[in-house]
Amino acid sequence: MKSFSQKWNMQWQYHVMLIPAVALVFIFSYIPMYGLIIAFEKYNPAMGFHSPWVGFDNFKYLFSQPNFVQTIWNTFYIAFFKIIGGIIVPVFFSLLLNEVSNRSIKRIFQTIVYIPNFLSWVIIAGVFMDILSNTGILNQFLGFFGIAPISFLGEPKLFPWTMIVTDIWKTFGFGTVVYLASLTSIDPGLYEAAIVDGAGRWKQTVYITIPLLMPIITLMLILSLGNVLNAGFDQIYNLYSPIVYKTGDIIDTYVYRLGIQKAQYAFGTAVGMFKSVISGVLILLSYYLADRCVGYRVF
Amino acid sequence: MKFKSPAQHVFTVLNITFLVLTCLICILPFWHLLAISFSSGWAVKANKVTFFPIDFTLFAYGFAFKGGRFLSALWISVKRVLLGGTINMILIVLTAYPLSRSKAKFSFRNIYMIYFVITMIVNGGLIPTYLLVTRLGLLNSLWALVLPGALPVFSMIILMNFIRGLPEELEEAALIDGATPFTVLFRVILPLLAPSLATVGLFSIVGHWNDWFGGLIYMQNNMRYPLQTYLQTLLRTFEQIIRLAQGDYAQIIRIMDVRTGRAAQLFLGALPIMLIYPFLQKYFTTGLVLGSVKG
Repeated sequence: MKSFSQKWNMQWQYHVMLIPAVALVFIFSYIPMYGLIIAFEKYNPAMGFHSPWVGFDNFKYLFSQPNFVQTIWNTFYIAFFKIIGGIIVPVFFSLLLNEVSNRSIKRIFQTIVYIPNFLSWVIIAGVFMDILSNTGILNQFLGFFGIAPISFLGEPKLFPWTMIVTDIWKTFGFGTVVYLASLTSIDPGLYEAAIVDGAGRWKQTVYITIPLLMPIITLMLILSLGNVLNAGFDQIYNLYSPIVYKTGDIIDTYVYRLGIQKAQYAFGTAVGMFKSVISGVLILLSYYLADRCVGYRVF
Repeated sequence: MKFKSPAQHVFTVLNITFLVLTCLICILPFWHLLAISFSSGWAVKANKVTFFPIDFTLFAYGFAFKGGRFLSALWISVKRVLLGGTINMILIVLTAYPLSRSKAKFSFRNIYMIYFVITMIVNGGLIPTYLLVTRLGLLNSLWALVLPGALPVFSMIILMNFIRGLPEELEEAALIDGATPFTVLFRVILPLLAPSLATVGLFSIVGHWNDWFGGLIYMQNNMRYPLQTYLQTLLRTFEQIIRLAQGDYAQIIRIMDVRTGRAAQLFLGALPIMLIYPFLQKYFTTGLVLGSVKG
């Protein structure tokens, strides 16, 4: 058994290595956690984090605001379909791509569809603001078929779907790359055995490919659970407008307007805390499920 | 020998066609943007531009470089990426190495790990962080953009797992030779980290480059906006940008439509990533796959 001082001699350097990160994380991650306390206070800038205590009053006020409650629904609605579409579309493309025997085509396709993922939403929003406008190129195209201009960004019923579809457009490249990597690691022997048994390509896909893809799909699904309250602030903030608040306002955009623009720090923090608590629970749940269902340990 | 039945041929043709169409859907929006940026104001106002410039002109690009604050915003972003990226990488390496040691070799490992992982699950949120940064007097400084996310925990975990995958004998041999942990880290481990560092580094760089929100809330003076924040202001207030630029507003507006000016600057903003990406694509993809197909 090593003595304490022997261990310390060997390990003190590890502690030193960790000092910078521990310090910075303490300042910028842990102290704001303490700052959550504002959610229970009537914030006074002079008194900072130690303003007068009001208990759950801020929360009661917020939940009485129909606009706020609406954002919760909008957030779940948009996030839910983004997650579902964000799995179906890449899986679909990876299956199609898997059928292509030419490696160069596969690589080129992946390269092209993966690029939008790396551009900021500011740029992509700028592109889509233009394309989806009433006089934009998409409506011009629809005009050829005699369809009247559709207000993709201004019609409350359509706005969430515009967000969902453009988000999938931006991010499906990522999923496609991941699923394709999974597909290429499937043992070819399985397919050969299936061919011997007389299975056509379609049956092979249904009985071999998809079941073997399920673990990674499940994993991606579970990992996105923690994200379900995010719904895409970057995207929505840059594409929304007051006309579509009813269906497009999400928790984060509400927090931004209330908390930063109107400087209602206490309310903003209360909403943020509400979101953090639920996200935290979902993230923990997702890590637990990932471990139990698919054997994936994040740490 | 694989023989393709007629049905399979048909499928292949349809498949490739469909994939090509999908590629087009990904490219065409940018193509359209490019066409608008090179077109004259009158054509754009009349909505005549589709995929090819009409009445080709470089005016919008000239305006971007002279009139707008594009270049200074670009420079601020470059500084941010250099500073932020360096800090990220140093912290990630310094943190991932001790945490990669097993509990036997580093008794407090699990405690530190929990310390960091908690921040992935719970965090103070936007407003407490904003208030803290303000309190610290970091408003308007590059540090406000670089310090709050100084250690990206998820990237650190990726590197940590990579280090764990390295052969143990290397470290043991060095320790037997009397090396200290610092020596082992810098002489033995670091040279082997290149692939994982590349991936993690790339994500750090792209993250800093693309972040527009930090600049918006922490920089109060729009001369200090990084590139994406500046571009964000273009989205809704391009007329203002034109007014603030030198030159005659009425004359500029006659030659260059708001959409053209905006398109040119957006395209310039997207160019760096579009240029770098094809060369570094393999780092973007291999790192991801390593990180996700585990267990």
